[in-house]
Amino acid sequence: MLGKLDWSAIPFDQPIPLVAGAVVLVAILGVLIWVVVKGHLPYLWSEWITSVDHKRIGVMYILLASVMLLRGGSDAIMMRIQQAVAYQSQGYLPPEHYNQIFSAHGTIMIFFVAMPFVIGLMNLIVPLQLGVRDVAFPTLNSVGFWLTATGALLVNLSLVVGEFARTGWLAFPPLSELSYSPGVGVDYYAWSLQISGVGTLVAGINLVTTVLKLRTKGMNYLRMPMFCWTTLASNLLIVAAFPILTATLAMLLLDRYLGFHFFTNEAGGNVMMFMNLIWAWGHPEVYILVLPAFGIFSEVVSTFSGKGLFGYRSMVLATMAICVISFMVWLHHFFTMGAGPDVNAIFGIASMIIAVPTGVKIYNWLFTMYGGRIRFATPMLWAVGFMVTFIVGGLTGVLLAVPPADFMLHNSMFLVAHFHNVIIGGVLFGAFAGFEYWFPKAFGFRLDERWGKLAFWFTFLGFFITFIPLYIAGMLGMTRRMQHYDVAAWRPWMIVAAIGMAVLTIGVICQIVQLVVSIRNRESLRDRTGDPWDGRSLEWATSSPPPVFNFAFNPDVRGEDAYWDMKVHAQQQSLERDRPEYQDIEMPRNSPTGFVCAFFATVMGFALIWHIWWMVILGGIGAFATFVVFAWRDHDEYVIPAQEVAAIDRINLEERRSLVSMAGPV
Amino acid sequence: MAMTATAGHAHADPHHIGLVIEHPGPASKRIVTAYGFWVFLLSDIVMFSCFFAAYAVLSGQTAGGPKGSEIFEQRNVAIETVCLLLSSFTCGMASIAADVRNRFWFYLGMGVTCLLGLIFLTIEFREFADLVARGYGPSRSAFLTAFFSLVGCHGLHVSAGVLWLLTMMAQVFAKGFRADVLRRMMCFALFWHALDIVWVGVFSVVYLLGSAA
Repeated sequence: MLGKLDWSAIPFDQPIPLVAGAVVLVAILGVLIWVVVKGHLPYLWSEWITSVDHKRIGVMYILLASVMLLRGGSDAIMMRIQQAVAYQSQGYLPPEHYNQIFSAHGTIMIFFVAMPFVIGLMNLIVPLQLGVRDVAFPTLNSVGFWLTATGALLVNLSLVVGEFARTGWLAFPPLSELSYSPGVGVDYYAWSLQISGVGTLVAGINLVTTVLKLRTKGMNYLRMPMFCWTTLASNLLIVAAFPILTATLAMLLLDRYLGFHFFTNEAGGNVMMFMNLIWAWGHPEVYILVLPAFGIFSEVVSTFSGKGLFGYRSMVLATMAICVISFMVWLHHFFTMGAGPDVNAIFGIASMIIAVPTGVKIYNWLFTMYGGRIRFATPMLWAVGFMVTFIVGGLTGVLLAVPPADFMLHNSMFLVAHFHNVIIGGVLFGAFAGFEYWFPKAFGFRLDERWGKLAFWFTFLGFFITFIPLYIAGMLGMTRRMQHYDVAAWRPWMIVAAIGMAVLTIGVICQIVQLVVSIRNRESLRDRTGDPWDGRSLEWATSSPPPVFNFAFNPDVRGEDAYWDMKVHAQQQSLERDRPEYQDIEMPRNSPTGFVCAFFATVMGFALIWHIWWMVILGGIGAFATFVVFAWRDHDEYVIPAQEVAAIDRINLEERRSLVSMAGPV
Repeated sequence: MAMTATAGHAHADPHHIGLVIEHPGPASKRIVTAYGFWVFLLSDIVMFSCFFAAYAVLSGQTAGGPKGSEIFEQRNVAIETVCLLLSSFTCGMASIAADVRNRFWFYLGMGVTCLLGLIFLTIEFREFADLVARGYGPSRSAFLTAFFSLVGCHGLHVSAGVLWLLTMMAQVFAKGFRADVLRRMMCFALFWHALDIVWVGVFSVVYLLGSAA
């Protein structure tokens, strides 16, 4: 009846996950009860859960990423403490639990923090920057988000019901095959990634189509803001790479569920094929994450230097070059597996070449700042911090791209330090910069600067105190994923790294405090102009938060830095101009399709993990029925009448007029 | 508002030099839908290419089991191929019928497409069942694993296509040739033709090369 699920799935003998699970459960129940008692449920349902508005979906993505960042972060804290105390002792974590923690940490940070964070920011901002009303497929957008949430839910479920994979974040066979991992851990891993991967693919198709087909009038390719370019590149990579992940995980699951022989040791299976496939997805994935961050830095650096982006066209070229080359470097992940000197040399050179367009970008940012009027607001601090940090990470990357050096350093703590260096210093700093930069756009008030700067400095310092020791430990020969060790020379570095982790944690706390303080002081931080940073691209041309239809009129773009142009011209000509009549606007109607789909996907995923076949069939039928019901809708749009559009737009217009008159002549 | 303040005042933009055509604004719904679906199809083909790659790597790994040339039946595969190629034609007829709003020819075209798809699936299912009965199931060897997965993945797509096809017929029956139904019909037709292209790949790489070896 319940497949493999019984009471032994609950780890009654392990206090840590049980207590953690209980706390989370109580917290969730508490929030739910509070929501119901306060009567917020109808609001949440109609305004957020069923919303197909790209801005709301973007915010929900970022919220999901933030919550999962705390989960992945607590895993990181546990690992750093374990390695600090596990010198000539077992430490405080049993080995199989420690293995679950590092697997979950990697999986969560990549798939459920970095991915939703950048997809959320792209969702929130790209349609605004393109001057359009929504993404290409609004309902599909909601489906994509809720499927990502399903994956996150399944991963967290594994904390209490059953176990998570102990195989590392990419579940290499044959360790992940049934004979070596008979438990449900790998199944949790594979199904949660399979489901959230579909969500990611949907988001990718949506954003590619949005950028290529929905730009406003006059928004030629070479007038798109840099963030739109990097979004395009990143989502092209999603469309090209995520199907590889889907196929690879499908093969692994076929091996595990039906006794196939893709990656087994016997009957001719080929483990190296898994490595090739997973990294053919996995290396582009790195750029899927970091390219949007590059876009954010481009926007931030240009805005806070008061200058247009230096070398815009070379930046576009560099972005697209990275997009292409990222597919030609995957083999550097297994230089040591006997591919031979020729193959290693080719992939080593390809891996070094990709540093060239990245270097071009760094110089462009520096030259953008050169001669500019720089304001060190919090987003700009993250951008400058990124440039310093990322250069270190990039250089160690070039070092690892040299096959002989890689023979010495692969799978060591040096490698761990390198990829944290680029992913924290690149993606996470970018996500935080974007969060600080676009928060006023999403909510209509700015974030507290003092706490923001504190958060930056603690995170920045904490990062270096944590990861520089790991570089050194790697040089001293310490391999990754060690439960405990007996080498005295490593010990001091592990302790320093643990201290760094504490500093990092203070940074995270500062960020939470910043949010709380800002929400409390939101009236004094209110931004009525919609343009708090003196921005340059179209998202700042509408009010904050933008109305559901984004723009009362489709903007007409006449050059790069569309909104900056408009501001300059507005000052020269004053704002007294004839305007076209307001017109009715058609917007997509909210739909529970995404949420219902995700519900059935959760049921199906859980049932598949535990081999509860009747429930699998039920979930499948439910998902299909949802699609049919959705397809049967007669009215998928509603009309906002022209008077309402005019009323909403007039407020924005008044604020902006006073803004321009306040600024004085150019 | 600032947005239209510059209307009629095109200033000296360097990109205006030469033959740069001004972007006219968002595309129509029909174009956006078809474009998005094309992008999905490309991603689906990437997924298939992984199974093709796996087949290429594993096709020699028979682990003492049968080789392709010992189990493939040319006659059945020929019938399958004819069915699928013909179904692409009838699907095209149904698309044209939908464009000119002719219900009779639409139902006929879709009905025949469905029938041909089902014949294809039946032959494939019998081929699989026969192999399993002889002990040559997917867990016999890595070669058979790759074979069953690649061909089965295509078969799964065809099954999903048949389900979609029936839903389309029901939609036209209930709602007529409405704009959104026509857009879905266009996507379905793209999907069905793409499956044909994938089958040409399967036919060549698996059955032709396999029989020759």
